[in-house]
Amino acid sequence: MAEYNSEYAVEMRHISKVYPNGVAANQDVDLCVRKGEIHALMGENGAGKSTLMKMLFGLEQPTSGEIIVNGEKVNLTSPTVAIAHGIGMVHQHFMLVPSLTVAENMVLGMVPKKNGVLIDYAKAVEITKEYSEKFNLEVDPDAKVMDIPVGMKQKVEILKALVRGAKILILDEPTAVLTTQETSELFKELVNLKKQGYTIIFISHKLNEIMQITDRLSVLRGGKFMGVRETKDVTPQEISRLMVGRDVVLTVEKDQAKPTDTVLSVRDLEYVNEYGKTMVNKLSFDVRKGEILGIAGVEGNGQKELVDILFQFATAGGGSVTVNGENILGLNQAQIREKGVALIPEDRMLYGIAGDASIEENLISDRCGKKELNSGLMFNMKKIHQMSKQLIEDYIILCKSAEQKVGMLSGGNIQKVVVAREFSSNPQLIIADQPTRGIDVGATEFIRKKLVELSRSGIAVLLISADLNEVMELSDSLIVMHGGRIAGYFEDASKLDDEMMGEYMLGLKRQSEEEIRRVCHE
Amino acid sequence: MSNVLSSILSAEFFFSIIRITSPILFATLGAVIVEKAGISNIGLEGIMMISALFGSLCAYWSSSWFVGLLAAMIVGVIVALIMSVFAFQLKTDIILVGIAINMIGSGGTIFLVKSITNMTEGEALSSTTSLITSELQIPTVQIPLIQNIPVIGPIISGHSLLTYLAFLLVFLTWVLLYKTSLGLNLRSVGENPNAASSVGVSVTRVRYTAMALSGLMAGLGGAFMSMSYAMGWSLNMVAGRGFIALAAQAMGSGEPFGAMLATIVFGFAQAFGIKLSSIGLDSNLSSPIPYIITIIGLVVFAIVKRKRDAKRVAAVGAKQRKEK
Repeated sequence: MAEYNSEYAVEMRHISKVYPNGVAANQDVDLCVRKGEIHALMGENGAGKSTLMKMLFGLEQPTSGEIIVNGEKVNLTSPTVAIAHGIGMVHQHFMLVPSLTVAENMVLGMVPKKNGVLIDYAKAVEITKEYSEKFNLEVDPDAKVMDIPVGMKQKVEILKALVRGAKILILDEPTAVLTTQETSELFKELVNLKKQGYTIIFISHKLNEIMQITDRLSVLRGGKFMGVRETKDVTPQEISRLMVGRDVVLTVEKDQAKPTDTVLSVRDLEYVNEYGKTMVNKLSFDVRKGEILGIAGVEGNGQKELVDILFQFATAGGGSVTVNGENILGLNQAQIREKGVALIPEDRMLYGIAGDASIEENLISDRCGKKELNSGLMFNMKKIHQMSKQLIEDYIILCKSAEQKVGMLSGGNIQKVVVAREFSSNPQLIIADQPTRGIDVGATEFIRKKLVELSRSGIAVLLISADLNEVMELSDSLIVMHGGRIAGYFEDASKLDDEMMGEYMLGLKRQSEEEIRRVCHE
Repeated sequence: MSNVLSSILSAEFFFSIIRITSPILFATLGAVIVEKAGISNIGLEGIMMISALFGSLCAYWSSSWFVGLLAAMIVGVIVALIMSVFAFQLKTDIILVGIAINMIGSGGTIFLVKSITNMTEGEALSSTTSLITSELQIPTVQIPLIQNIPVIGPIISGHSLLTYLAFLLVFLTWVLLYKTSLGLNLRSVGENPNAASSVGVSVTRVRYTAMALSGLMAGLGGAFMSMSYAMGWSLNMVAGRGFIALAAQAMGSGEPFGAMLATIVFGFAQAFGIKLSSIGLDSNLSSPIPYIITIIGLVVFAIVKRKRDAKRVAAVGAKQRKEK
């Protein structure tokens, strides 16, 4: 049809997606991908990248807007329809059957047959080999998928899309599970596919990867389209501005930190994930009383794993972690809390609260076994009511009553419930993981002020945040993590500027070992 | 003691192992197929009971064992499909559906047999044994040539037609699972339904098919019980065979031939128990033998599987490190 621009392989026009619960995942998004280019779709977690791609692959339908594939307006009602239009998707979680061989996975749903009934396995192997050679994606057709490494699984996924006739490939954060070597291999393969005329949409939030292989990039933030750029004309700074957006600058008043004794001491911490990728690499640092140590970094550089280890959601592969000189590795969460550690978890709905329980129940969940809240067998309800009433007042939690279900509150108020519980547990160390992600400005400001207040009262605070603004404003000193290691340590966070941070975050710069070792206050 | 040993090592004893194994083997194959599709059909016991009843009744009404056999198979499939509607369409927990079918298998069948015979025979019978004559039993087969071989002949020849079918079905099930596209779809749905549906395989259709096949197998097992193993249907005649089948499926790692071997072990245990009581052991002591062997078998299986899995994980890890 002439009215559409045939220069594009994919045009998504004015796409909006509103879920039945009222969440608007995409608002008036435009995505235009030229034929034969590698196009990056960028944005932070929750920016709406995955939703947009699900609509392009027919897994979800847009509330409004239109999708045009190769100049033809299409209605993608299911993945099967999308495949028929030449769209293939490599999901972040592989869509493979582990006990089947690579060849069997390749032909699943389109099995070659002999004598009408039996599977022609030789033919399946032949097809696999043919595509594997044609696209230079090396796989072992007879190996079972469960026995092959992650990098090869991804190749199988790409081949699966190609064998079904895909000309447009969507790759959802393909490098998240890959080692460095596997990533560079993947990039070579993608460039090779591009040369053969394939169009690739590459979802990522890693700046360095984007700069390396893409032709153009589109950025989403908070479900809105922020713009499209030629990769060669754009600076990492501009991308990060589009992605993160430091427009609302909230400054928190704080006086000079006067750190004293070391509370948290991490030494040579290591963690290798289930795919054999080293996520935390010989990490060492200290957090002292009275200071906020910030950890900045692009997501996926080991921050999540670090927090998981500190709170025993994951087991360290090596190294030590002590709180006030006592080991906490291998203890359970209750024992870790006994040592005076409090956690504001990244995912508050999963680890922070029980949505169906009341505000009061959530507030006492870490201390309900304690003597002061119990009289013999039964709860001392009077004390519990008193305590929760006080916390609701102190932390300005907007609710009908303490009996209201936490899940019914707004994000900001849910986070305040978490914060109220964690901050009132007499902690010596607070681990605040993305403490203000996705909550309103008022609650954000409140929580930030509280963090500063507590640190000045002599509590050690470890702040992990993907929000550059937050981590730079709040931290007294700051670590930048890259590739599971410390890329830089800055004793005075106020002397840092965005550009410098960016260079360390993207791994363009790295301090010397001596400079980094200053973070261990021995 | 030598008396016991010689009676155990007789051809007649080995013949009885095969005979006792047959009905369990049908149900085991049914369990193997559904488990491959990721469904736990614990209702096999109940399906066997219901099919056994309708098999013997239809054989009596039509005066044909063949019609009875066909009816048992069809009833098995229908019951399994009814279970599927509850589980897949109405989203009831498949285990609860299975429990319901098993209760119908014991309580509902006796109600049915009484009300049906009250209408057709004029009196409420509590079993169909009085209706079944030996002509209505599934015929036995003497295999030419083999029956004349000493020792082997009397063990292998002379079984019910269904016994030979059961062992043939082990092979056919293997072909179905590993050599046909239905089998491939079935296995992929069982392991990763998202992967299957992402390439256009209808997960629901595959699950219905797997359930129907398991119902067919359990129907055959039921037919064997009332039309070959015993003369007619009686209450609780399946006596846990549907559950033993589930154990055999697990012990055989869900593979047709492995599960067959496990079933033979159970068949041996039952035959052994029967033998011991026939030579004078108190039946209160001999009857638990098959069930004790089931438990021991499952424990041994679990230990072996754990070791094997640990080895496999280690191997993948090593490969991963090498790749780097």
